[in-house]
Amino acid sequence: MSAPEELPKLLGDCVHCGFCLPTCPTYVLWGEEMDSPRGRIHLMQQHQRGEPLSPAMVQHFDACLGCMACVTACPSGVQYDRLIELTRAEVEREHPHSAADRALRRAVFGLFPYPRRLRALRGPLRLYQRSGLDKVVRRTGVLERLSPSLAAMERLAPPLGRAPRLPERVSARGGRRATVGMLTGCVQREFFPGVNAATARVLAMEGCDVVIPRNQGCCGALSLHSGREDEARRFARRTIETFENVDVIVVNAAGCGSSMKEYARLLADDPAWAARAEALSARTRDLAEYLVELGPRAPRRPLPVTVAYHDACHLAHAQGVRSQPRALLAGIPELTVREIADPDVCCGSAGTYNLLQPGPAAELGDRKAANVRATGADVLVAANPGCVMQIADALGRQGAPMAVAHTAEILDASLRGLGPDGFRTPLS
Amino acid sequence: MGEALTRLAERFTALLGADSVITDPVRLRTYECDGLTSHRATPGVVVLPGTAEQVAAVVRACVAEGVPYVARGSGTGLSGGALPRTDGVLIVTSRMRRILDIDIPNQRAVVEPGVINLDVTRAVRDQGYHFAPDPSSQQVCSVGGNVAENSGGAHCLKYGFTAHHVLACEVVTPDGEIVELTAGGPGYDLLGVFVGAEGTLGITTRITVRLTRLPETVQTLLAAFDSIESGGAAVSAIIGAGVVPAAVEMMDALSIEAAEAAVRCGYPPGAGAVLIVELDGPGSEVAHQFAEVERLCRAAGAFEVRIAAGDAERALIWRGRRSAFAAVGRISPAYLVQDGVIPRTSLPKVLARIDALSAESGVRVANVFHAGDGNLHPLVLFDDAEPGATERAEEVSGAILDLCIEHGGSITGEHGVGVDKSRYMPRMFTDTDLDTMQMVRCGFDPAGLCNPGKVFPTPRLCGEAPGVRKGVHPLVEQGKADLF
Ligand SMILES: Cc1cc2nc3c(=O)[nH]c(=O)nc-3n(C[C@H](O)[C@H](O)[C@H](O)COP(=O)(O)OP(=O)(O)OC[C@H]3O[C@@H](n4cnc5c(N)ncnc54)[C@H](O)[C@@H]3O)c2cc1C
Ligand code: SF4
Ligand code: SF4
Repeated sequence: MSAPEELPKLLGDCVHCGFCLPTCPTYVLWGEEMDSPRGRIHLMQQHQRGEPLSPAMVQHFDACLGCMACVTACPSGVQYDRLIELTRAEVEREHPHSAADRALRRAVFGLFPYPRRLRALRGPLRLYQRSGLDKVVRRTGVLERLSPSLAAMERLAPPLGRAPRLPERVSARGGRRATVGMLTGCVQREFFPGVNAATARVLAMEGCDVVIPRNQGCCGALSLHSGREDEARRFARRTIETFENVDVIVVNAAGCGSSMKEYARLLADDPAWAARAEALSARTRDLAEYLVELGPRAPRRPLPVTVAYHDACHLAHAQGVRSQPRALLAGIPELTVREIADPDVCCGSAGTYNLLQPGPAAELGDRKAANVRATGADVLVAANPGCVMQIADALGRQGAPMAVAHTAEILDASLRGLGPDGFRTPLS
Repeated sequence: MGEALTRLAERFTALLGADSVITDPVRLRTYECDGLTSHRATPGVVVLPGTAEQVAAVVRACVAEGVPYVARGSGTGLSGGALPRTDGVLIVTSRMRRILDIDIPNQRAVVEPGVINLDVTRAVRDQGYHFAPDPSSQQVCSVGGNVAENSGGAHCLKYGFTAHHVLACEVVTPDGEIVELTAGGPGYDLLGVFVGAEGTLGITTRITVRLTRLPETVQTLLAAFDSIESGGAAVSAIIGAGVVPAAVEMMDALSIEAAEAAVRCGYPPGAGAVLIVELDGPGSEVAHQFAEVERLCRAAGAFEVRIAAGDAERALIWRGRRSAFAAVGRISPAYLVQDGVIPRTSLPKVLARIDALSAESGVRVANVFHAGDGNLHPLVLFDDAEPGATERAEEVSGAILDLCIEHGGSITGEHGVGVDKSRYMPRMFTDTDLDTMQMVRCGFDPAGLCNPGKVFPTPRLCGEAPGVRKGVHPLVEQGKADLF
């Protein structure tokens, strides 16, 4: 269905009941109707009926984190995910953002989907000086906005040395149960290479041959969730080609997994790609989702830690994966899982949101960090690099740094019997 | 924007700061309706105060300009109670959402009006308490809205409505004074008048609510019947036996179909009606009564009885019921939620009449009800794209209310009158009744600026066109009313 036919139908599904309000992070912050899902849908309806995209309207669409908490909360099955994607695409097409905003967006989208460029950031800000972007950046104040996040990344990245390169194939231990492809992700690969290594090891120990294609690129998640659909389609086609030969594609970054599950829709109007996209989406699994489907085989060794599990929006809301990571963690002897209050409310990371809307992102980060601290856990566990950076940064700001780990790293430590020191040491 | 509103917007900005005043038309329009979308009006100005003093200052400014104002909580009302005035101010409490005090030994909590109903329970559940009124909208509606609508829920059969759980309200009166209304003191029960007044007697800015102990045990069963009649007979038998269930809910075949489509609740196939009965209280008492309820259901003709083995199974049983309103959207492009009350014993008769109405008009009606207290929620289905369908649905919906009145019931059980049902008030009350109610209203709001146009069919007596009243009020002059 094309957007002009699809939009009115999707908008008509909303019965204005307001059940989505309390889990919307921007409504939690500001308590205003137009910064709630119901209000944004109302704004979309106004636009649909001919109201032009005014700066006021666009401001409320831009403020949406795309966290999809509203999709989970809605009893009427409103597809807000689709609505905001269509709206963002429309905003990209029709509404000129200010020069400063455009420069910021260019900088962000010229950076994140490209692992090589990201790598350059590991020596702080080198990229800017090299690329000549620094002049634009200084003029627009982008640096001030980007630098706190860069600083967080820098703090979080493993201290020294190059990221270990994963081999193209890791063989199953014990009898082989499956052959799976693994997506390495842009941010994950450059800033959390340990997570990818742990993912590959866990899959292998559970009896999977793991195929890790060297030439894989960005899956297109950031572009897709920001209304840059053509760019997203380019990334999607490439990813489909790369992974066409494996039965299952395991993804350990929530944002990437959710966008790959959306390829079917993204390429539905492209006759040459529709079927291939659908097949790929159907074969995509989040790591935890897949491990639970597969069933545990490798023995778990005790790991005496208390962890707080954080629901990444793109895992819980976009993919409906909530119970699986908890089940995997609970299956580890001597490990205690604590729940974080208000689990449905986003941490403010939301893809590029913390770069494009730093104020509200920081406030949401602070709220989440306070709830994480209240659990009294030793380690924060989350399955998305963005969340980990965002919350760790906020915890640092509050002077309460905490160790952070991906579900894969915790499992890895247990399967290998490494004990609680086996994963990333606390930040200082 | 009229001149008075322009002046007010400037005044509000000075009082509350620019980020608490909305004047942009596109933004204003997002406030044009509450949960009832068939009535819409873009407010003149929206303000988002943070304190009682700010609410009072806003109200005083409105009064000085003779501009009407309306309070709004979470905007989930189903009778258009929070419908704004284009020539007025909408006062939204969504930023007044602090829980100010929790006093477990005295079983009370003090909250601001924008606090969400379920958040009160969430804050005290670990200590073994809850806020008992549980409207289906509890995860979003505000306590202020609950007070205004005297909201209830599935468990109000045993625990009572909001009115039974409010101990005091701080209120900004329609002339901008801040007063405290408390329950149980000597003199007139003004709190009793205020709760359920649908925001027409002032704006509450702080509410002291009663906290209730969580029951020791809860037992839930789902009974499937061939027909509504046999389900209704079971309800009468249960209540007749002296059992006070925490909840008794019934759904008919059409609403079961909708719930299955939405949440796959897995109710017994082929049921013409299902009954959900929940008992709570001390373990031994519940166990004894529960066996009795099960026996009575079977005796009335239940062909299947399922007993929830734990919280997960209980949640599954409730899921179908709780989703019913929204779920109807899956089997019909549009629908009206009706809310009426009948004596429990008239249930089979009234339902048969609704069936007949539906057959005559070709308009489908799904029935969901709080069967224990005779509160019906017929869902009238229609296709809004079909010419004339909306009108036909409204006609059927109105006829159902006539049925309720005819059987000695009421035109609303818990959703309020608002704008939607004001026209039915004369069918239930005589002119004298309505005049008496208006006199009470005039006592609080002589200028008629506080949520005007709601509850009463036509502005009568003091309630005519809003404007500042100069001189002595005619009712006072006639000795008919006093000013508080
Ligand atoms: C899907 C759905 C299910 C529902 N289920 C139930 C149910 O089971 N039982 C039930 O009783 N209701 C139910 N409702 C109706 C509604 O949720 C209740 O009436 C609720 O109490 C309204 O609260 P609110 O905060 O949304 O108020 P609003 O809709 O914002 O306002 C309602 C009325 O209260 C007034 N008001 C708001 N705040 C104040 C204040 N501080 N002081 C004075 N007046 C004020 C407004 O002027 C208006 O007249 C349901 C609604 C929906 C959408
Ligand atoms: S996606 Fe998240 S931020 Fe956006 S409207 Fe929905 S709940 Fe709010
Ligand atoms: S999006 Fe869903 S939950 Fe939110 S108002 Fe619309 S129907 Fe209700």
